[in-house]
Amino acid sequence: MSETHTGFWRRYVFSTDHKTIGKQYYFTAMVMALFAAAWSMLLRLQLAWPQQTWPVLGKLFPGLYQDGVLLPERYLSLVTMHGTVMIFFVISLALVSGFGNFIIPLQIGARDMAYPFLNMLSYWTVVPACLIMLGSFFAPDGAAGSGWTAYPPLSALSEAAPGSGLGQTLWILAMALWIASFTMGGLNFITTILNLRTRGMSMRRMPLTVWTLFIASILGVLCFPALTAAAIMLLLDRVGATSFFLPSGLVVGGQLLSYRGGGGSPLLFQHLFWFLGHPEVYVLVLPALGIIFDVVAVGGRRPVFGYRTSIGALIVVAVLSMIVWGHHMFVSGMSPYVGEYFSVATVTITAPFAVLAMNLVASLWRAEIRLNTALLFALALIAAVGIGGIGGIFLATATSDIYLHNSYFVVGHFHLMIAVVTFFAIFAGTYHWFPKMFGRQMNETLGRLHFWLTVPAVIVGFVAMHLLGMGGEQRHLYDPTVYQFLRPIQWLNVFISIVLALAAAAQFIFLGNLFYSLVRGPVAASNPWAATTLEWSTPSPAPHGNWPGELPVAYRGPYEYRVDDSPEGYTPQHLPPSPAPGAVPVPV
Amino acid sequence: MSETRRQTPEIVALITLFLGITAFTVAGFAMDWMPPVASQHGVGVDRVIHYLLHATGPILVLGACVLMWFLWRYGRGRPTQAPHTSSRVEFWWSIAPVIGMMAVTEVGVVVKGLPVWEEIYAEPPADAVRIDVTAQQFEWLVRYPGPDGKFGRVAGDLVENTNPAGLDPKDSASHDDIVVRNQIHVPLGQPVYITLRGRDVLHSFSVPALRVKQDVVPGILNKVLFVATKPGRYEIACTQVCGMGHYRMHGAVYVDSPADYAAWLKQQTAWLQQQ
Repeated sequence: MSETHTGFWRRYVFSTDHKTIGKQYYFTAMVMALFAAAWSMLLRLQLAWPQQTWPVLGKLFPGLYQDGVLLPERYLSLVTMHGTVMIFFVISLALVSGFGNFIIPLQIGARDMAYPFLNMLSYWTVVPACLIMLGSFFAPDGAAGSGWTAYPPLSALSEAAPGSGLGQTLWILAMALWIASFTMGGLNFITTILNLRTRGMSMRRMPLTVWTLFIASILGVLCFPALTAAAIMLLLDRVGATSFFLPSGLVVGGQLLSYRGGGGSPLLFQHLFWFLGHPEVYVLVLPALGIIFDVVAVGGRRPVFGYRTSIGALIVVAVLSMIVWGHHMFVSGMSPYVGEYFSVATVTITAPFAVLAMNLVASLWRAEIRLNTALLFALALIAAVGIGGIGGIFLATATSDIYLHNSYFVVGHFHLMIAVVTFFAIFAGTYHWFPKMFGRQMNETLGRLHFWLTVPAVIVGFVAMHLLGMGGEQRHLYDPTVYQFLRPIQWLNVFISIVLALAAAAQFIFLGNLFYSLVRGPVAASNPWAATTLEWSTPSPAPHGNWPGELPVAYRGPYEYRVDDSPEGYTPQHLPPSPAPGAVPVPV
Repeated sequence: MSETRRQTPEIVALITLFLGITAFTVAGFAMDWMPPVASQHGVGVDRVIHYLLHATGPILVLGACVLMWFLWRYGRGRPTQAPHTSSRVEFWWSIAPVIGMMAVTEVGVVVKGLPVWEEIYAEPPADAVRIDVTAQQFEWLVRYPGPDGKFGRVAGDLVENTNPAGLDPKDSASHDDIVVRNQIHVPLGQPVYITLRGRDVLHSFSVPALRVKQDVVPGILNKVLFVATKPGRYEIACTQVCGMGHYRMHGAVYVDSPADYAAWLKQQTAWLQQQ
């Protein structure tokens, strides 16, 4: 078990230690985030000033710009890659794979994951996926340009667009590797949580971070196979001249595609894609909420409000998320009766989701709030979840979606939910667990600066996108001023670009803080936040094998803050019940 | 507790931030951004959107108020009670949003939304003006049946530069078919029934002012039914990414008075006779 004698490669590169793998995922996600954020800035530049030429950018990115003008097909490649990379290679990697790997064994009292080798394999499968995805920009026709949803026929026919050449094939390949990696990780999470909990750590004593990661992993393992199948069929349509998603009689560029057999359906792909795609949203959002429950309990010095109702709501959300995928297809030509079913089913998710949001808010009731940067981001997340969640109702209602579908309302909505909410959780998690990960404290002043420069800007920016959508502006739009009816609201695009560019610049403060604290931060105590869960019962950073001696035993629930008369105001999970009167252990 | 008392200014700043965000959101949505509605069912679509705005706005404000109050009350180091919560309180705190959200949202979908949904997807009346629109990279080919009232056969293998719609000259019904590009003339106040054909990739036929949006899917005949209620020129946008020219795949619906519409139709010559 001991890795103290192993060399550099086994220790830092091909490590099987879940903490190292968690950090590898985390930093890989950071690198990918830099790319994806940079692409989004090029997009915002184009959207705000579509007629402007940018000679400097043209020199920097000769493949994207011609005479200082961003090419429309490269604009679509940038949109596609921004979405794909952010969802699958940044947020999934940092939030689920990164924090999940790092925190699950520590919070349930295990020495490592159930399958350490599989864990290493899952990380080293995602690395080539990242490289292929990034490398696809150098394909002869550029990177994939059919949107992150890759709807055929556009994504299936290389004749259809410059971005549908080799770039699209590489995109599918990278996604297939990503699914393989994520499935390995998900199985590992599920097995670890079911089998490796320490003595006393019943399911009802698990912190909500672990609960949400558990549910997210089950969702992922159940839903990803649908996209695997879709990806294989799409690949065959591209390279094997099959027609799973292609009807007969297609005419592209005036040419009849007579070599195609036909008989396929583009809608089939949409069903398969969203069968994964919608649960994937919850795979990202639920762990974000779990982390925030933990951070709010620590910062608010009180148990999470409604621990049991929250778990119930999480399970209901997860189950419902698997039967509502069709709300992405209200105007696709699907039967209107089916559409109405999906609408009714989708809005029922608002009920358990509202329970989660209300429980988060109520976790501040009778709290003793101690602000730190982690808690600040957690509070901002609650506000963002409120606005984002309500926006979703407009899109889930089929009749209003007729107007709002594929508009900037959608773009604003999903950025609030799976960009703002998840990134706030990543930030909160980072400020919260940094001491445990690296044995040092982050700088709180820089943390505050990061918070105040980021939060107002991103929320206002993405709420403004909703307004653009109310004005009728559609997404994937290279030049909004082509449309007369959009010209009066073009100032909103300028406003959004400026605000979001400021927010993006503020992330360098975060990165600076991260790397500065890594080297120069004050050495952290084992439990700097006076928290109760098991990861704080071991030294910071946690040693190989997680606990120097025996594994801790869980004697109580995860959030015992101010519930008995303990002089410290909290009772860690691993503390045995004292024989003194009044200290009643929570039954298993 | 002195440490938590020192954070009062930050708590005030935080409350101000949430106040600002909420005010920005409410003020933003209180403004009217939508292009003036110009169709019969569009009034219903707008009614659903306005219902949702009015029903969910107060929920957002209420939630923000509770959050801000908790910050103010429990964030300044003032003594608080022990945080014990009975399972009864937890139960009601959960039941309330379940009932509340279900009421608000299902009313939106079923009571307000469903009748409009049915109007949009209804069978076309016999007197509906029938138009056939083919979407292709990156234009809208608009076909009228001509004086015989019948659309001729079209086929993909007949498509060529001189025959973009792929009209079949052997079918007599296609001899008087009228084909125009990127403009659709429709009469005011009369039901219009458009069939949407795709032959290359996905597109989406969207006319924001008419509150019309329907994907164009190769292999499926999708339909759009609307009654225009205001004369004017309304832009068509493609709202499903379809390749490099997606952003400029636009056209216009011209809503004419019935007399103007008839006059316009009379001026058009059948496509096959132009050749």
